[in-house]
Amino acid sequence: MTSQSAHHTAEAAELPPTTVQDRKSGTGARPAEVLQEHIVEIVSDSGEGAQRCGQSLAAIAARSGNGIWTVEIIPAEIQPPPRSIAGASGNRVRMASHRVTNVGDEADLVVAFNEQVLLSRLRAGEVKPGAIILIDDCWANDPDREIAKNYEKVSAEVRAAGYRLYEVPMEAECQKLVPDPRRGKNMFVLGMLCAIYSLDEALARTQVRLTFAKKDQKIVDANIELLDAGRAWATANLDLRYEIPTPPVTEPQVVTNGNAALALGVVASGMEVCAMYPITPATSASHYLSAVFEKVGCVVHQAEDEIAACTFAIGASYAGKCAVTITSGPGLSLKQEAIGLAVMAEIPLVVIDVQRGGPSTGLPTKVEQGDLMSAIFGGHGDAPKVVMAASTIEDCFYSVITARKIAETFNMVVVILSDAALSTAQQPFPRPKFNADWLAPPVDQSAVPLESRPYDWDERTGIMTRFIPGQPNGMHCLTGLAHDRGSHVAYDPEINEEGLLNRSRKLAALQTTLRLAPVFGDDEGDLLLIGWGSTKGAIEEAVTRLRARGRRVSSLHLKFLQPMASGIDTVMRRFAKVMTIENNWNDPPDDPLITPDNRRYSSVAMLLRARWLVDVDCWGKARGQPLKPGAIEQAALAKLDKA
Amino acid sequence: MTASMSQCLMQMVRTDYTMADYQSEIVPRWCTGCGDNAILAAMQRLCRDEQLPPEKTVCVSGIGCASRLPHYMNAYGFHGIHGRALPVAEGIKIRRPDLHVFVTTGDGDCCSIGAAHWLHAVRYNMNMTLLLHDNEVYGLTKKQASPTSPKGLKSNTTPSGATLNALNPLTVTLGITNVSFVAQAVDWIPDLLYEILSKAYHHKGFSFIRILQRCPNFMEHRFDDFVRDPSSTRILTHGNGLRLKPELSRVYKNQQTHDPLDLAEAFTLARLEHEIPVGILYNDPSVPCYEELRAGERPSTPALVETVLNEEFDKVGIWPDAAAAAQIGE
Repeated sequence: MTSQSAHHTAEAAELPPTTVQDRKSGTGARPAEVLQEHIVEIVSDSGEGAQRCGQSLAAIAARSGNGIWTVEIIPAEIQPPPRSIAGASGNRVRMASHRVTNVGDEADLVVAFNEQVLLSRLRAGEVKPGAIILIDDCWANDPDREIAKNYEKVSAEVRAAGYRLYEVPMEAECQKLVPDPRRGKNMFVLGMLCAIYSLDEALARTQVRLTFAKKDQKIVDANIELLDAGRAWATANLDLRYEIPTPPVTEPQVVTNGNAALALGVVASGMEVCAMYPITPATSASHYLSAVFEKVGCVVHQAEDEIAACTFAIGASYAGKCAVTITSGPGLSLKQEAIGLAVMAEIPLVVIDVQRGGPSTGLPTKVEQGDLMSAIFGGHGDAPKVVMAASTIEDCFYSVITARKIAETFNMVVVILSDAALSTAQQPFPRPKFNADWLAPPVDQSAVPLESRPYDWDERTGIMTRFIPGQPNGMHCLTGLAHDRGSHVAYDPEINEEGLLNRSRKLAALQTTLRLAPVFGDDEGDLLLIGWGSTKGAIEEAVTRLRARGRRVSSLHLKFLQPMASGIDTVMRRFAKVMTIENNWNDPPDDPLITPDNRRYSSVAMLLRARWLVDVDCWGKARGQPLKPGAIEQAALAKLDKA
Repeated sequence: MTASMSQCLMQMVRTDYTMADYQSEIVPRWCTGCGDNAILAAMQRLCRDEQLPPEKTVCVSGIGCASRLPHYMNAYGFHGIHGRALPVAEGIKIRRPDLHVFVTTGDGDCCSIGAAHWLHAVRYNMNMTLLLHDNEVYGLTKKQASPTSPKGLKSNTTPSGATLNALNPLTVTLGITNVSFVAQAVDWIPDLLYEILSKAYHHKGFSFIRILQRCPNFMEHRFDDFVRDPSSTRILTHGNGLRLKPELSRVYKNQQTHDPLDLAEAFTLARLEHEIPVGILYNDPSVPCYEELRAGERPSTPALVETVLNEEFDKVGIWPDAAAAAQIGE
C-alpha cells in the first residue's frame, strides 16, 4: 500500500481528500478488515496524556472481550524536555482475538504527538516495517522554523522508509473544541482509535466517564466531545478500519497491572504490615496497597530508608503475623544484612523485588531480570532463603499468597521476583475467588509448653515453632549470633553446624514438596528453552510459532529458583540442546575475548549448569525492554541450526 | 491445650514478680565496673515495681556491649543487627500496643550507624523507652573513637587524638520534630537512674534517656571527677519531673528546678560544659503516637478482607458483560 498524506490545515479538514471521500457516504460502507491482533503505540511528550489514552483504549478493548497486554513507555524523568527523544511517554497496547501473554513484537500502528517521540520509537526498533503511523501535523506550520524543518525532514524519511504515514490535524481539530489542545488531544486520539478498531461507541464513552470520574462534569463532557470528534474525523478521513474479533469469555475477569496484583496479593495473603521505602519501579505497588490496606485494618509504613523498611517488617513479623517489604534492586542490596538476620533468627518475612536494570542506579524504569543471584546469594555467610518468580500478572497475585504461607510454615525469608515488564503491564485474568485459607492464622498467644525451647528443630525437616512475644513461658533472647536450641549465644563448632544444617534442611524439606510445571510442547525434542519470571508469555509464543513451522522446540518455565523442583535434569536430558532465555546479561560467545573458560552466563543458565552438569547455553538481552517473541524465535532458530 | 490455658490463666493472675523473675539464667559478661550492670539492675527493678509480665516485655537491641542486655533479662529479647534496634522495635510496636518495649543501644549503635533511625524514631514518637548507654567509646570492637568521644581522645583509630568535637545526643534529640521525652542519667547514681527510667516508662511516647556510663577498660578515668565531686552534677527537679529524696538531696546540693515543658531551658542545660545535668530535660505528654495514628479503624477480619478484595475486583472487573461495566459509568 502506498503511503498517504492527509495533511490538512484547519480549513482543508472540511474538504477531505478524494481518496477517502467515497467511503464517507453511508455508514459502514466499507467493511472492516478482520485482524487476529494488532499492536498499537501512542506516544507523546510527558504530560500530554498518551498514557491515559493507551490505558483507556486497552480498557475498552478488554471490556469488549479482546485479549490485551499493555506496557507503559516511561521516560526516567518527571518532566523531560518537550519534543525530545528521551522524553517519549505513552503506552503500547497489544490487542488480540485471543488471550495475550506478552508485549508482542514490533508495533503495527503508532500514534505520535510529534516527530521526536516517533523517532524515539523508530530508533528503539519498536515499529514494524511498513507500519501505520498517525502524526499530529501541527508542527509543519510551527512558527519556529527549526521545528517545522525537523518535522518535514522526519516525515519525509518515514515515508521514504516505507511507513504508511498519515498526517492528522489533531491540534487543529481539538482547538475547535477546547482552548488548550495539549490537554485534549489524547481523547481525540482515543476516538480515532475506537473508529479504526470498530470499538463500541457507548463503551468508549463509559470508559471516558470512568477515566475522569473524579473530575468536574464539565471536564467529563469536554472529553466525551473530543472522543466523539476523534471518531467522526477518523470515520470521515481515514481508510483504516479494522475489527479484532472477541473470543467468548465464560468467567468474570479482572484487569490490573503487575504491581496492583502484587498489592492485592498482599491483602489476600492476610499479611498486616508492609514496610517500604520509595523506589522505582516497585513503589506503585505500595501506592495501591496504601489505598486499600487501611480499609482492612492494616498498615503500609513508609520507613526512613530501605534498611529500616526491612527491619521494621522483621520486627512486625517477630511480634505477629508475617510482614512484607517491597523494593527494587538497589533496595534489595541495602536490605541484605537484615535479610540475613531474618534467616539466622528464623523470622518469617516476604521480600518483593520488582527488578529493574542494574547495577547501581542502572535503568530505574526499565526491564531486567538482573537480581536473581543477589536474591539467592546476596547476603554474607550461608543464608538459605526461598526465591520464586512471578511469571504473569495473575501470578503476581497468587505468588504473594504462596510466599506468605511458605514463610510462615518454614520460618523463612521468601523473595518474590517480579520486574518492570510485569509491574506496569496490564492483562486480564480470571477474577480470583476469595478463599479464607489464603489468610494467615491468628497470632498464637497461648502458653508455650514448659521445657520446650525456641529452636527445637525438627530432625527431619529442620522446622521449629517460633515463640511470639506475649506467649507465657516463651521468653528468650532472639539473636543474630550463632545460637543453640535455647537461643543462647554459642560459638561452639558443633552448635554452629547444627544451626546451619537445620536452616539448610528447611530448604530441602520445601524442595521435596515442589512440583515442576509441565513442559510446554512435547516432552522431548531438539531444543528446550528454559525461562523464569516475566518472559513466560513471550517464550511460549515463540515456541508455538516454531512448532507451527515444524521445529521440535519446547519450553520449561521455572517458578521456584531456590530451591528448584526435582526433575529438571530429566527434562533437560530429553532434548538435544538446552538454552535459557533470560532478560539479563550474558557474554556474547562470538566476542573475540570470550572463551568457554571466561564466558559469564545468564543467571539461571549458571545455576542449572552448576547443579546438573548439563551443557546449558543461554540467550538473553539486557536492553531494558521486555523480550519479544520474534527475537526469541530467531535465537532459537540460530541455536537449532548451529552445528 | 487445657494445660496451657490454665498455665495462661495462672500467669494472668500472677502479681508477685520479684527481681529474680527478670533475671535470665545467663550471668552478665560485662567487665567488672562496667556501667551496663547498673542499667540492667535498674531495668529489672522497674519491671518488678511495675509488675510487668515477662512475656509482655520486649527488650530490643542492636550490636555492642550495651546491646547484650536483652540476653540477661528474663523477657522477650531481640538482639538484632548493628544500628537497627529502633526500626525493629517500631515494627514490634506497630501492631502490638500491649507489649512493653525497651530499646538498649550504645553511642556507636544509636548515634553513628543507626543515626538515621534515631532521628526518625523521635519523630514517630512510638510508645517505647530508649536507653542510650553512652560510654563515649566503642567497647566491643576494642576502643575506637565514637561520635560522642571527647575531642582529643586517643583511641586505636585516633592515635593522635579524636579530631572532632563530640556530638551531643541531648541537643540533637531536643531539636527533632515531635520530641516528647528527653532525660539524662548517670550509672553511678542508681537511685536517680531508676527514678528517671520509671518516669520514662510512664511517659506515653518515645522516651529518650541518655545514660552516661563508665567504661573501666577503655575510658578508665573519664567520669572520675564527676563521681568524686557531687557538686559537678546538676540535678533537675520539678513537680512534673524528678523529686529528690532527702538522702540524695543532702549529697547532691547542686539542684535546679526545671520545668520539663521549657524547651529553651532544656537546650541550655543540654549544653552545660563543666557540669552534668541529671534529670528530665524535656517532657511533653501531648505529642501523638505513630502507632495510634496508624491504628486501623476496624480490626482485620477474614470477612473484611473478603469484602474489600471484592470491592477492588469490582473496580477492575471487565466481565461478565459490557452492560454491567456501563452501569458503573452511569
